[in-house]
Amino acid sequence: MEMTAQEKQQQERNKEWRDELRKSVPNKDRVSIERVKMTEVAPEERIKSQNIEVNCGLTPEQAQREASRCLDCANPTCIEGCPVSIDIPRFVKCIEAGKFLDAAATLKEFSALPAVCGRVCPQEKQCEIKCFYAQKMKKDPVAIGYLERFAADYERESGKIQIPEVASKNGIKVAAIGSGPASLSFAGDMIKLGYEVTVFEALHEIGGVLKYGIPEFRLPNSIVDVELENLKNMGVRFEKNFVVGRTASFDDLKELGYECFFIGSGAGLPNFMNIPGENLNGVMSSNEYLTRVNLMAANQDDSDTPVLLGKRVAVVGGGNTAMDAVRTAKRLGAEKAMLIYRRSREEMPARVEEVKHAEEEGVEFHNLANPIEYLADDDGRVAKVRLQRMKLGEPDASGRRRPVPIEGAIDELDIDLAIVAIGVSPNPLIPACLSGLKMTRWHTIEVNEETMQSTIPEFFAGGDIVRGGATVILAMGDGRRAAANMHKYLSEKHAEKKG
Amino acid sequence: MNKIVEKKQLSENVVKFVVEAPMIAKSRKPGNFVILRIGSKGERIPLTIVDSDIERGTITLIVQNVGVSSGKLCQLNEGDEITDLVGPLGKATHIHQAGTVLALGGGVGIAPLYPIVEAMKKAGNRVITVLAARNKDLLILEEEMRQWSDEVIVMTDDGSYGRKGLVTEGAEEVIKREKVDECIAIGPAIMMKFCALLTKKYDIPTQVSLNTIMVDGTGMCGACRVTVNGETKFTCVDGPEFNAHQIDFDEMLKRLQAYKREEDQARNEKK
Repeated sequence: MEMTAQEKQQQERNKEWRDELRKSVPNKDRVSIERVKMTEVAPEERIKSQNIEVNCGLTPEQAQREASRCLDCANPTCIEGCPVSIDIPRFVKCIEAGKFLDAAATLKEFSALPAVCGRVCPQEKQCEIKCFYAQKMKKDPVAIGYLERFAADYERESGKIQIPEVASKNGIKVAAIGSGPASLSFAGDMIKLGYEVTVFEALHEIGGVLKYGIPEFRLPNSIVDVELENLKNMGVRFEKNFVVGRTASFDDLKELGYECFFIGSGAGLPNFMNIPGENLNGVMSSNEYLTRVNLMAANQDDSDTPVLLGKRVAVVGGGNTAMDAVRTAKRLGAEKAMLIYRRSREEMPARVEEVKHAEEEGVEFHNLANPIEYLADDDGRVAKVRLQRMKLGEPDASGRRRPVPIEGAIDELDIDLAIVAIGVSPNPLIPACLSGLKMTRWHTIEVNEETMQSTIPEFFAGGDIVRGGATVILAMGDGRRAAANMHKYLSEKHAEKKG
Repeated sequence: MNKIVEKKQLSENVVKFVVEAPMIAKSRKPGNFVILRIGSKGERIPLTIVDSDIERGTITLIVQNVGVSSGKLCQLNEGDEITDLVGPLGKATHIHQAGTVLALGGGVGIAPLYPIVEAMKKAGNRVITVLAARNKDLLILEEEMRQWSDEVIVMTDDGSYGRKGLVTEGAEEVIKREKVDECIAIGPAIMMKFCALLTKKYDIPTQVSLNTIMVDGTGMCGACRVTVNGETKFTCVDGPEFNAHQIDFDEMLKRLQAYKREEDQARNEKK
């Protein structure tokens, strides 16, 4: 009988080195250490280029000291907060002990993308909020996210990249559709289990939102590429420029031997507000703006793809994508980079860190304001946005106070570029090719929430195509769960065949 | 990889390519397009699939050299590879037996019209095709169109071939002469606008295929949005074909100019 995750954690925790490490420093000394501060490139310096990563990472000394804050709890609650259930105390204690490569190897047991997660996960809402320090002591939690990034970066920079163990091939072919975090996480787990895994991507680059969406200053492409290389080295195959259902049908792929499919095609379709003037030139979705810059490198002189460089840029929305867009505009030379959000700062869904960084970089916040119309200049380009000022009313279904218009409080801002970042809808391309797949009324794929299995048994799904718009790590959690359950489904199916 | 197996100059600025793409050749339908990219710094450009040969595993593309990216493509030769090619994208044309179909093609728009004319003819329709070009040298695919049309009328702006006049003049003559059940028009946006106005007058259901700006072509960016019947639609996934009488062509014409400043600048720099 295989050990449960908890039993495995306990077994690891009971190892002699862990026990000794726990005893080596009294807890009262551990809790008196202040949480480490991430070194950042100064705002005036970093806004000069799209390619300067804001956070510099921890030094080994900083990392070890931070890791020594962790009390290695007997019942670690941090793990409960992690969508991919990383054995957090184990990797943190490896860092404290100076076994940095072991820390990285631990991360890779659970996550296909540790260097990515260490940068873009909202740890403050997940593992860190569940940390004993935050829960019981009202102190700053252990900086689990910084430590994750440290371990992954250390391994990469050491040149001693370890390939996780892969089971012997079982000869069963499975496909992942889309190459974003959900699919990559799925692929990483399935390849470890011995499957032959192919990841199909419609674009000319692998990585999905990690490449076209998240900007270089938050997640350098080179970091993503190393994680992709790891998956390739483990045996995952990648097919670019391939729209499953179009380039080849699902039946064609079944004929080629694919037995099961994981749909991680993401939330493609950008939402608009359907207000007058939204189709003027100079009004675009954050997807378009970020894709032009991040995927097509349109901000670089040698790229053939153009991008509009606004001097007065208004970004509409309050999420991480809105922050990415407005901070990109700042780096691309906007004199005024403005964020328009209909609620107040407290309700912003963006990570606290992103909001802080945006503010430091000189982004102007226009909170409690909602665009109602875009106005054009004589050339038909956007020149103004009309804003309805708002106030906060009663809480709505999301628990946040609902913004309501203040009657008569309407004003205008001069702009030359507007970027709409108010969310996305699921990409219809894949579901349209699959009759019999049950969809929700939000056009997401309906799945069993435990198993991620869709209404067609050999199809599993996860990430934004199921959630409608979530985070990298939630998508990765879905990928993991889908992999575990697809494995179960296929094992039973093949056992039946043999029996 | 997608190797160019055949290249033919159709007119001064229009080139035909036959490209290896076995899966797309098999799966494409009339009305579908591909997105391609030349070089690692290349732009993603949409092109309608003109024809395919399943046995040879090839598709036919026709491109007009109008800018930096189409220029790069036109410089490629037989044996060269296209860096990235993805498809088939977009909804396929609704091919059915309508009766008499009037097919209107202008300039390089004759290329995407070709597979539809072929399919409409094969579906048992009477197909009357009106082809228009600025002059004789710019007219493409006339022979191919004759193969699948019951009648072909050629119009040129300068009268150097066929009859002098616009595509709408040839079209109106047909409409006045006989009952037309359906119309499909593909060409420059301004031409499609006037074709739509004409057929609206005669209440003939009309489809057009739009050539909006696109980046990904898979529904992700929204650069291709167009107002149809008062609603915003995405040309790449909701189209590229729409009911011509419901399109806000004036908005579309403006949106085609969205990057004009940037494109002019790029063209001048590369000269």
